[in-house]
Amino acid sequence: MRPFAYQRATDVPSAVAAGTGQAMYLGGGTNLVDLMRLGVATPEVLVDVTRVPFDTIEETPGGGLLIGAGVRNSDLAAHPLVLRNYPMLAQAVVAGGSGQIRNMATVAGNLLQRTRCSYFQDITKPCNKRVPGSGCPAREGDHRNLAILGHSEACVATHPSDMAVPLAALGAVVNVESSGGPRAIPMPGFHRLPGDAPERDTLLRPGDLVTAVELPALPFAARSRYRKVRDRASFAFAVVSVAAALDVADGVVRDCRIALGGVAHVPWRAERAEAALRGAPATAEEFARAAEAELAQASPLPRNAFKVPLARNVLVRTLLDLTAREDLTAAGDTGETS
Amino acid sequence: MTTVAMPNVGSALDRVDALEKVTGRARYAYENFPADLAYAVPVQATIAKGEISAVDVDAVLQLPGVIAAIWHANAPRLAPRNGDPELAVLQSSRVAYRGQYVAVVVAETLESASEAARVLRVRYDADEHDVELRPGHPGLYRPDHVNPYFPTDTEQGDPDAALAAARVVVDATYSTPAEHNNPMEPHATVAVWDAEGLTVYDSTQGASNIRDTLAPLFGLPPGSVRVISPHVGGGFGAKARAHPHVALAALAAKQVGRPVKLAVTRQQMFAVTGYRTPTIQRVRLGADADGRLTAIVHEAIEQSSTVSEFAEQTAVPTRMMYAAPNRRTTHRLVRLDVPTPSWMRAPGEAPGMYALESAMDELAIACRIDPIELRIRNEPDVDPESGRPFSSRNLVACLREGARRFGWAGRDPEPGIRREGGLLVGTGVAASVFPVYRMPSQATARAEPDGGFTVRIAAADIGTGARTVLTQIAADALDAPMDRVRVEIGDSALPPAWVAGGSAGTASWGTAVVRACEALMDVLHGRAGDVPPEGLEASADTTQEVRAQRRFAQHAFGAQFAEVAVDMDTGEARVRRLLGVFAAGRILNPKTARSQLIGGMTMGLSMALLEESVMDQEFGDYLNHDFAQYHIAASADVRDIDAVWIEEDDPGLNPMGSKGIGEIGIVGTAAAIANAVHHATGVRVRDLPIRLDKLVHGVI
Amino acid sequence: MRVHIDVNGERLAADDVWEGESLLYVLRERLGLPGAKNACEQGECGSCTVYLDGLPVCACLVAAGQAEGREVVTVEGLASGDDLDQGLDEVQRAFVEAGAVQCGFCTPGLIVQAHSLIESTPQVPEDADIREALAGNLCRCTGYEKIIDAVRLAATRKAQNKAAQKKAPR
Repeated sequence: MRPFAYQRATDVPSAVAAGTGQAMYLGGGTNLVDLMRLGVATPEVLVDVTRVPFDTIEETPGGGLLIGAGVRNSDLAAHPLVLRNYPMLAQAVVAGGSGQIRNMATVAGNLLQRTRCSYFQDITKPCNKRVPGSGCPAREGDHRNLAILGHSEACVATHPSDMAVPLAALGAVVNVESSGGPRAIPMPGFHRLPGDAPERDTLLRPGDLVTAVELPALPFAARSRYRKVRDRASFAFAVVSVAAALDVADGVVRDCRIALGGVAHVPWRAERAEAALRGAPATAEEFARAAEAELAQASPLPRNAFKVPLARNVLVRTLLDLTAREDLTAAGDTGETS
Repeated sequence: MTTVAMPNVGSALDRVDALEKVTGRARYAYENFPADLAYAVPVQATIAKGEISAVDVDAVLQLPGVIAAIWHANAPRLAPRNGDPELAVLQSSRVAYRGQYVAVVVAETLESASEAARVLRVRYDADEHDVELRPGHPGLYRPDHVNPYFPTDTEQGDPDAALAAARVVVDATYSTPAEHNNPMEPHATVAVWDAEGLTVYDSTQGASNIRDTLAPLFGLPPGSVRVISPHVGGGFGAKARAHPHVALAALAAKQVGRPVKLAVTRQQMFAVTGYRTPTIQRVRLGADADGRLTAIVHEAIEQSSTVSEFAEQTAVPTRMMYAAPNRRTTHRLVRLDVPTPSWMRAPGEAPGMYALESAMDELAIACRIDPIELRIRNEPDVDPESGRPFSSRNLVACLREGARRFGWAGRDPEPGIRREGGLLVGTGVAASVFPVYRMPSQATARAEPDGGFTVRIAAADIGTGARTVLTQIAADALDAPMDRVRVEIGDSALPPAWVAGGSAGTASWGTAVVRACEALMDVLHGRAGDVPPEGLEASADTTQEVRAQRRFAQHAFGAQFAEVAVDMDTGEARVRRLLGVFAAGRILNPKTARSQLIGGMTMGLSMALLEESVMDQEFGDYLNHDFAQYHIAASADVRDIDAVWIEEDDPGLNPMGSKGIGEIGIVGTAAAIANAVHHATGVRVRDLPIRLDKLVHGVI
Repeated sequence: MRVHIDVNGERLAADDVWEGESLLYVLRERLGLPGAKNACEQGECGSCTVYLDGLPVCACLVAAGQAEGREVVTVEGLASGDDLDQGLDEVQRAFVEAGAVQCGFCTPGLIVQAHSLIESTPQVPEDADIREALAGNLCRCTGYEKIIDAVRLAATRKAQNKAAQKKAPR
């Protein structure tokens, strides 16, 4: 690991003051420490923010939730208001990592996870995301797990977070503090598509510190679900995942929120599918039509074309489950193949 | 040979070293801290083929804590005469595969050494590499023999004519990927030189073997090398021979004149500690309308490195599984610019039986015969190719017992019709086999003046339970209670012994232990039980006994049953039930044995559904070289799993009456699961692993 | 820097620690506590699981600086006595009796994770919950079956012990 200066922040101002230049913030460390050991992340200054007191979850006046950036994944998934009002979020968090990882990993760290693309993680190989301009071997090489939507010549990486998928579906807002003052960046839009600058995962600028994530009030999200498809029965990154909330009255979709994971450089808000569904009958045919509408823009690579029918199927299945099941709780995928 | 009466043997006793392990006190190789130690971190080649032109040693010597940076230009010379060329570390400028060691950095702390290794600049003249195993590769050749000493090819009758004339023919090509052993403990070596010679604390399956490898390499007599490895965190074949890091650690320690610790990282393990070769196997079965085989042809191609030849015995089990008058097996190898493959649990049998037992399932369907009945119909009376009698062969009993326990009767063979909600459900069966080996070993048994006994043998307990089972065997042979018998293993200073490999550990070591104990009992009887203050010792060497053994065909057999559920939307296949029924002679400790068998079956499940080392064609390395990307089964993948055995009394084996059980559990599991997936979905997956991308199109 | 950590109830200090070292390295190489194992150094196998401030974490992913002043319990700290037969935690005892140990390398991490599961679950957990809770602890030897048996056994005994304590007159 490259030597660095270590600083321990005790509050947001001291963190932001320390977070200048080639500094990085250390939250749970479950991704950053690994990347530093691999030589992928080489901060000159590491600002430890694990003692900054932004680890609470509060109800907002509008009926939403304000989740501190340092809230541990395990606390987030177990919070009664998250379980009741946003079950897909609790399910997604529980579906990520292992118990040990969730005990360390934070909300901000989860949002800022780097891609799990094999080439990105191996410093002996080119990668435009790690070394801009060095090339993307994944396009010709192994890309089974990589993007089918929104990728570029420069990068076909996927965002690995489970948590970010329901956050994108919910339109959560990321609160950021910096030397220039606070900002609020809505999701989707916080993460960016790779374009010709895949080294930038998000709209954050150097020194920006994520302080909280705000969830809007969305009553029908109490009926929501996260379905994660993975190669191993547990403790594996998503091949494809779906977060969906559905508001159905009299057999008609009044409103919905849908996002896909494992398919793009960002947690992919399925806006076309949502548009196709609003006002449509809540039927399998319409769900399939909506999924097709979203995935019509997919441009799979030779070895990940299976993700297109997979994403379609999972999206349709999740929506069907939401219309069929009365008792959706944060228990998440209890099915045999979850 | 008669088996001795044994009150402890056969009992489900707790592991004698379990207390040390659950409290964290068991010491593994890297957990030795000799005074003045330094840390070594290897540097691996970043090209797959070519020459090292320069290494910028001076730059890293400036870094804090760095003691030395060693490469072929400044390394001590080794003497790898007639030995494994992989062990000639830092002896030449040639790079034969990506990840090969090209240098090693030694520093005061692990972090200093790691950072120096990361920034050490190595310059190469790279050549074009070829890392792709493919049918028709121009480099395919016929090796002189296959591992360990089997004929490369065999043929009887006229298989081509028999296939042409057969009423039913199955002709299918199966492929298995490279797989990595991935024991939980990464390989680690602590090397200490002193006036006496070299001591290494090593994570190994055979201390005697490592000593005998290291001594000539460093120009030492065997007595000047000592290898100590009381606890080993798994091996599965990956620690059955010295891999290059052992030589590298000893070389680095010699160069810097200090003890050196070297742990191979999980990522590094994918290049330098062996793996299972990928295979491409064409199997052709010819049968009459009743499913009686008239021809069996099994042709395998595999890879090895340009450094050394490792030719796996993929098609060898096909030589003895089923009766057929016309038969052929072949092995062809291509030497690629890849890491050197080696043993991984059930080399040969694991991939070979996946192909053969998948083909048998395909034949059963083609003949409209129940797959268990098909196997029973083709049961041979004697070993089909050698004509030798089997000392015991209870495959049919395993199949029948398994069918009874699993609820096989009444199974509808029609694929793709059992729906449970959004799941397709199916069941499958496959046969399992592993040969019985026994190798020469030595042991001493000692009566202590306090009435206790000490038994010494350079055996290894890599998690098998060897320490426990040898204690049981010794206690019974000495007619003493378990707690009066102390068994010392894991040290090359003890009487030399066979490695924990080939499922032959217990048979080989147990024989030596029994003979040493018998000799001691003779001495004791002669003295009317009197033990002098200095104690009494007797020893045994089983070389003659093992060589004189009558040549039966000796194998353990088993039957694997699987039930799978496949998600119709996603193609996710999960194993609901897995049952193995085995016939493996006398089971010496049901508790440790069941764990071994279930563990092997779980590795077979993992092989079936998850494991694949992906060769990166552009860069020439195994791309997914960590546990996040190379999936092994986690606890959530295993649901209802059980291993049982049938009574088998085979006096022709060894004094314990046992057959090896370390490897048979993995054999046939992948085929049983693949057959169950076909039964569930109608999709026949002929290339492992069975991941959802191979099913998602077929099930919707 | 000098790092102070409360390890297994004892305030320990290590000198000349570099902040980039992991808690696992500090425990194993500097504090003489090699019970937690290093098997992947990426948080992908759970072999290094220790309690950090009461929660099980992968010690390989905790930077030494993060552990300053915190409480750590390792597998060495779960048994209450020096005698191996006495003072074992129920989880340790159950792992021995159920035959849940083979090579032993995953064992310390599994025991800490299982201990946490049992301590944080009032009832005896369902098998599916045990399997999910242990999904981050890879084992290559046992096939997990006996590990699940051991956790169930330990949970049952702990629940019985608690019930017995409640009933006992004060």
